[in-house]
Amino acid sequence: MDTTFSTEDLTFRDEVKSFLSDTLTDDLRQRLANKKTYKDAQIQWQCALNDKGWFAPGWPEQYGGTNWTPTQNFIYENERSLADAPGVVPFGVSMVAPVIYGFGTEEQKAYFLPRILKSQDWWCQGYSEPGSGSDLASLKTKAELDGDDYVVNGAKVWTTYAQYADWIFCLVRTDSSGKKQQGISFLLIDMKTPGVSVNPIIGIDNQHTLNEVVFKDVRVPKANLIGEQDKGWTYAKALLAHERTFIAGVAESKRNLADLKKIAATEMSGGKALIEDPSIRKSITDIEIELMALEFTELRVVAAISAGGSAGAESSLLKIKGTEIQQSLQKLRMDLSGNFMGVQVDDSDDFSGHDFADSARVKYMYGRATTIYGGSNEVQKNIISKFVLGL
Amino acid sequence: MNFSFTEEQNMLRDSITKFVQDEYEFSVREELAKTDLGFSAKNWQTFADLGWLSIPFSEEQGGFGGSVVDSMVLMEEFGKGIVLEPYIATVLLFGGVLNHSGNSELMNSMIPSIIDGSLHGAVACFEKQSRFELSDVATQATANGANYTLSGEKTVVYNGASADKIIVSARTSGEQFDDAGITLFLVDANAEGIERTSYKMMDGQVVANIKFNDAVAEAVVGSVDDGLALLQQVVNETLVAVGGEAIGVMDTLHKATVEYSKTREQFGVAIGSFQVLQHRMVDMFMACEQTRSLLYRAACAVAEGKDDAAKDVLALKTMIGRAGKLVGDEAFQIHGGIGMTDELDVGHYVKRLMMINSFFGDADYSQQKFAELSLAS
Repeated sequence: MDTTFSTEDLTFRDEVKSFLSDTLTDDLRQRLANKKTYKDAQIQWQCALNDKGWFAPGWPEQYGGTNWTPTQNFIYENERSLADAPGVVPFGVSMVAPVIYGFGTEEQKAYFLPRILKSQDWWCQGYSEPGSGSDLASLKTKAELDGDDYVVNGAKVWTTYAQYADWIFCLVRTDSSGKKQQGISFLLIDMKTPGVSVNPIIGIDNQHTLNEVVFKDVRVPKANLIGEQDKGWTYAKALLAHERTFIAGVAESKRNLADLKKIAATEMSGGKALIEDPSIRKSITDIEIELMALEFTELRVVAAISAGGSAGAESSLLKIKGTEIQQSLQKLRMDLSGNFMGVQVDDSDDFSGHDFADSARVKYMYGRATTIYGGSNEVQKNIISKFVLGL
Repeated sequence: MNFSFTEEQNMLRDSITKFVQDEYEFSVREELAKTDLGFSAKNWQTFADLGWLSIPFSEEQGGFGGSVVDSMVLMEEFGKGIVLEPYIATVLLFGGVLNHSGNSELMNSMIPSIIDGSLHGAVACFEKQSRFELSDVATQATANGANYTLSGEKTVVYNGASADKIIVSARTSGEQFDDAGITLFLVDANAEGIERTSYKMMDGQVVANIKFNDAVAEAVVGSVDDGLALLQQVVNETLVAVGGEAIGVMDTLHKATVEYSKTREQFGVAIGSFQVLQHRMVDMFMACEQTRSLLYRAACAVAEGKDDAAKDVLALKTMIGRAGKLVGDEAFQIHGGIGMTDELDVGHYVKRLMMINSFFGDADYSQQKFAELSLAS
């Protein structure tokens, strides 16, 4: 047992540091932070990563993965956090890609994987439905075979960034005669297909992140089916473990914590910095200690996977703890805002109050979703209970 | 970076697991806990024969040359049987201070006797008023020719009653709360001017309050006025090993609770089928895993001498207190009435876990110390 870095690891760390500082120019950071320029800037960042060969670390090497050791993975994430570098939009590279290279045809792999690497397609996820939340397998969006096409009818909801998306990967019902987990198929749908419409849902954060995606007689070529018809639930389950590992968000939380410590050291109350306040100290260190633990829990899971294990029920633990920590950080950011807590301004550049207050509100409000999405935390507890505790 | 154990460590673990299974049935432990000694001298000799008492000491000293990771492995298995023998006091604390003292003469004269099981030791570093603060030392050491004489009282000295030799922190200069001016002394437990009063703790440990009335010290351990840093280093290493014990206890409580919930029936079904109880047992599981993660983090940091080692140990100690409380409370609650009985082992595991919390700084204390390191601007 050790956490030491080899000479190669240290060289790699230097390479990551210089890549991040060269690539993340002030201009790029500003455009990433602005809603109007976000999509282009995010794609530019992802392309820079791909040019470096680092866009898809988790993929098998033959498709463009980095084959990093767990240590290299840790170094990359740690440096990313220190540099406040953005992540990648997960829907393509982290979510649909493993299903495509795991269960797709050679044609599907050859077409979609390079386009994902080059960020040519923006993907979104079509799982939840108005009537299917935590009970995902109860989904009703129907796909009926008609010649060489599936005809899709129904609706998906809470679809993040569907307004930007070129493609959506969907779970659809192709058979309703058996158990609800049977008869589900995994379908890739071009968002430009006639009959697909996107209705914005404005969230409690007053932002447009979520959408409803409605399908009315949408014709999808049979060639866009992943694997076998009616076997989609199996593929989706494999994907969900990936998704839950991803949403632990350790690097982002470390960055947020560092931010909040700075704010607490600057903000004053009664002539004293907030960081001197015992209850603030307790709040900050409660989070920090859980996060230090989670960082190593994630490393342990990653090490177990690279030693031949699989991301199973342990990824549920990462999801629960990761999102609890995120919400604690969001709460703390609101608390630190004091009188400016709840400020809602369109352009924080013109605002003379604390510049973190508006973003605190947005983060807090959107953050209510973290314990709900990706399978609610209660569903994650059911998974651990069944598969780890054997209850 | 890796989180696996060496072949040697796995063998060590297996041999201790076997000992705990064969020799440490709960009823046997209960009988031992009731004796005045509070543990078994025969077991102690077994530990010596199997080489377990030699783990932290160098090969030159006749030791195993192990690291804190080895001690952690050993203590995790001890935790599963809530082993009573004073390994922590004699080997980790007393032996640890000698081991880091740099006094080769002292080491050569004492360490072989620790390893062969003939010498018991204790470290006396807390006082009535000191709570967990190692720098709060009122016990005075006065130079008297080539010797020092000690005056004052030390409290809650682990293994204080059985110890043959005791390492005592005393003030050679400075004021009561100063970090500097503390020196560690070796005294013979039966020397003139030493008065021991022993009592038991709820986990079966035998501890002592020790009065020093101009007792003559045998030697200075480490260097004069600089004892605190030496003591703190040994405490950090010991806390990693004790963290291993805590995990052993917590995992045992968690497993016992899950198993009980599968067999205990109410309303015609196993209580483990109730979602509200399932989620509480998942909370226990997560508490155990998060604690284990901080344990490995701290173990590596201490073994590798990292700058953050002290901070990592404090994080671990805080987590042990908080997560241990959760695991203990849930074990009681889910066991229901039977968990209240002295006859069932659950309460005894919980009591040990509570004693580990207060060992060298409880969760609140550790978290405040952690904050001092983490929030220094």
